[in-house]
Amino acid sequence: MSSLQLLWFFLIGLLFAVFFLLEGFDYGVGMSLRFLAKDEQECDSLIQTIGPHWDGNEVWLITAGGAMFASFPYWYASLFSGFYILLFLILFGLIIRGVSFEFRTHVDTRKGRKLWEVTLFTGSLMAPFLFGMMFTDMVKGMPIDAQGNLSASVGDYINLFSIVGGVAVALLCLLHGLNYIRLSTLGALRQRAQKLAKLLYPVLFVGLVVYAALLLFQTDFFTARPVSSWTLLILIVLASVVATYGAYADKEWLSFIASGGTLILLVALLFNGLFPRVMVATNPAHSILIKNASSSEYTLKIMTIVACILVPIVIVYTVWSYFVFNKRVTTKKVVE
Amino acid sequence: MLTVGVSMLSLARFQFAMTTVFHFFFVPFSIGMAFITAIMETIYVVKKAPIYKQMAQFWGKIFLLSFAVGVVTGLIQEFQFGMNWSDYSRFMGDIFGAPLAIEALLAFFLESVFIGLWMFTWDRFKPAIHVIFIWLVMIGSSASALWILTANSFMQNPVAYKLANGRAEMTSFTGLLKNPQLWVEFPHVVFGAFLTAAMAVAGMSAWRLLKHKNIEFYKKSLKIGLIVGLIFSLGTIYVGDAQTRMIIKDQPMKFAATEGLYDNTGKKAPWAMIEGINAAGHKATWKVEIPDMLSIMSYHKTTGAVKGMNTINRELHQKYDKKFGKDMNYYVPPKTLFWSFRVMAGFGTLFALVTIVGLWFMRKKNNAIENKRWFLYVLGICLWLPFLANTAGWFVTELGRYPWIVYGLFTIADAVSPSVTAGELLFSNITYFLIFTMLGGTMIYFSHKTLVAGPELDDGSEKRANVDPFAKGAFNHE
Repeated sequence: MSSLQLLWFFLIGLLFAVFFLLEGFDYGVGMSLRFLAKDEQECDSLIQTIGPHWDGNEVWLITAGGAMFASFPYWYASLFSGFYILLFLILFGLIIRGVSFEFRTHVDTRKGRKLWEVTLFTGSLMAPFLFGMMFTDMVKGMPIDAQGNLSASVGDYINLFSIVGGVAVALLCLLHGLNYIRLSTLGALRQRAQKLAKLLYPVLFVGLVVYAALLLFQTDFFTARPVSSWTLLILIVLASVVATYGAYADKEWLSFIASGGTLILLVALLFNGLFPRVMVATNPAHSILIKNASSSEYTLKIMTIVACILVPIVIVYTVWSYFVFNKRVTTKKVVE
Repeated sequence: MLTVGVSMLSLARFQFAMTTVFHFFFVPFSIGMAFITAIMETIYVVKKAPIYKQMAQFWGKIFLLSFAVGVVTGLIQEFQFGMNWSDYSRFMGDIFGAPLAIEALLAFFLESVFIGLWMFTWDRFKPAIHVIFIWLVMIGSSASALWILTANSFMQNPVAYKLANGRAEMTSFTGLLKNPQLWVEFPHVVFGAFLTAAMAVAGMSAWRLLKHKNIEFYKKSLKIGLIVGLIFSLGTIYVGDAQTRMIIKDQPMKFAATEGLYDNTGKKAPWAMIEGINAAGHKATWKVEIPDMLSIMSYHKTTGAVKGMNTINRELHQKYDKKFGKDMNYYVPPKTLFWSFRVMAGFGTLFALVTIVGLWFMRKKNNAIENKRWFLYVLGICLWLPFLANTAGWFVTELGRYPWIVYGLFTIADAVSPSVTAGELLFSNITYFLIFTMLGGTMIYFSHKTLVAGPELDDGSEKRANVDPFAKGAFNHE
C-alpha cells in the first residue's frame, strides 16, 4: 500500500464524514418538519434555516462519490453495482427531496405545499437511513466473488444489523438537525427542538449500545484493531453524552458540535474497521483491499495536487456563505 | 441465458439513454438561463433601470426551477456509472474519475453555494456585488460541462493513456485536457446551451407578447434572447462544423452514417439531403442530392472523396478483428444517425435564420414586433426545438460510437455490471420513467404558471417563500 493510496482512503472517509456533518443536519431539519412544525409558517422557518445551504451540502456527497470513482474505481464499481437497490432508493429519496425546496415555493394551495413537505420529509428520512444500512452492510461483509462483484440476497442487505445501523444514522441526523434548529431559530421552534432532543437522546443511547454490540459480534473490528475501535466507540458515546448535556443545560453550540462530532466519529469507526480493505467479503480471500482497488499512482498524484488547490478555496467560500446567513429565523415576521 | 444477457444490456442502455436525455433537457437550459440572467442583471448594474432587475428576477425563477431538476437528475448520472456500468468504471476509473472529482470540486460547489447566495441576498448586497454571484453560478455550471466532456472526449477519442493492468491508465493529465475533441465538443455544448436558453426566453416572451402582456418587459427580454440566440447559433454551427471535420478522421463510421453514405464517393462528393435507408441491406434506396456539397462540408473545398460505411466496416474488421473477434458489427444505427443529424443541424440553421429575421424586425427603437403575430408564433414553436436538437446531437455522438463505449478500446457489451439483474434494471427503469414524467410535468407546469403570473409580481410583492428570509424584519438578532 502506497502512501498516496493511504491518503486517499483517508480522504474518502473524510469526505463522507464532512457530508454527514453538513448534510446530516439538513436531513435532520427535513425530518423535523414532521415533528416540530405545527403550522405552515413554522415549516417555512425550518426550511429557511437550510434553504441556502442544502445544495452545497449535498455536493460533499457528489464529491465523495466522484473521489471514490477517481481514486478507487474497483471500490466504486463493486459498491455501487453491489448495492444497486439501496442506492436506487437513496437516489429516489434525494430526488424527491431536492426538488421539494424549489417546487414548494411555486404552489399556491396549502394542500400542494403539504405534498412537497411530505416529500421533503420522506427524502430526508430515506437518505440517512439507507446510507446507514449500506455502510453497515459494507463493513459487516457481503458475498463478493473473485472479480469483486456482489451476488447477495435480500437478507444480506436487510437484516437486524443493517436496520439498526440505518435507524442509528437517521436518528443521529435527526438529533444533529434538532441541534442545528436550536442554533438557528428563536422562540417556540427552538424550545420544541430542545424538548425533542432531550427526549430522543436516551433513545439514541439504546441504539448506540445495540449497534456497538452488533459491531462486536458481527464484524472483526474489535479483534482486528481493538485499541482504535474501542477508543472511537468510547469517543462516540462521550460525544453523545456531551450533546445530551448540551440539550439539558441549554448549551446549543455545544450540542451541535458534539452531534456533528458523533457523526464524524461514526464514519471514522467504520473506516477504521474497514482498513486495509475497502469492501469486506464474507469469504476473506475475496475482500477488496486498498492496495488492489486504487487508480494508478499518477492519477492519485494528480488528484492530490488538485485537491490541495481546490479544497481550501471551497472551504473558504462555503464558510463565508454560512457567515452571510448566520442569523436566527423567527416565525413571527417571516410572512409579510 | 443469452436472451437474459442481451435484455439486461438493452435495459442498461435504455436507462442510460433515458436518464441522460432527460438530464440534458435541463443542463443546457440551466447553463444558458444562468448566462442570460447574468446578462440581464449586469445590464441592471450598468444602466440602473429597475426593469432589468425585474427581468433577472423573473427569468431567474425559471432558471431556478430548471436548476433544481438538473441537480437531482445529475445525481443519477454520477451513481449510474458504478451501478449499471461497473466494468466500464473499472476500465475507465483511472481516466474518468479525476475529471469527475474535479467537476465536483471546481464546478458543483461553486454553483450550489453561490446559487444559495444569489437567491437569498437581493436586498443584502449592493447590485454590483450581487451580480457576481450569478456570474459565478454561470461559470460553475459551464465549468461542469468542461470536466464531464473531458471524460466524454476521451471516450470519443482516447488520448494520453496506456493500457495496463486490464484498464486504461492516464499517462498525462494535461494530455487528457489537450484532447482536440474536447476543444470542439465543449464549445459546441456550451454554445448550444446558451442557444437553448436564448430560444426559450425568446419563445416564452413571444408567447406573452401574443397575449399582449407586459409589452415593454417582454420586448426587452425578446431582444436579449434574439441577440444571444444569433451569436450562439452561429457559434454552435461554426464549432459543429469543426467537430464534424474532426470526426471524419477519428470516427469515420459515425460521419458516414450521419450522411447515409454506404458506398465511397468519387472526387466530387454529392450530399444526400434526404434519402431512404435499407439498414439490413446496407444501402440507400433513394436520394435527393446536391452535387459537390459533401466535399464542401467535409473539406471546405469542391473536391474530396468520402468513404462509405461498407468500406469503413471492412477496414474496421481488418483493424480490430484480432482484438475483438470477427463477430463484431461495426455498422452504427444508420437511420437514427442520419435523421438525428438533420434534426440537430437543421434546427441549428433555423435558429440562426429566425434570430436574424427577429432582430431585423426589431432594428428600430419603436418597432412593432408585437403585431407580427405569425413571427411570434414561429418563435413560440422554436421554444421547444432546441431540446430536440440537443437530444439529436447526443444521439449522433453516443450511438455513433457503437459498438464501443470507449472508442476502439472497450465495447458497450463488456461495460455493463455483471452483478445487476434484468429485474432490478426493469424496476429502476419503470420508476425513473414515472419520476421523470412527474418531474418534467411539474417543472413545465410551474414554469408556465410563473410565466402567466408575469413579472409584475416581482415588484415588492413576491411570493412568501421566494422572499429573502434574511432581509429586513425576517430576523431578529440575538
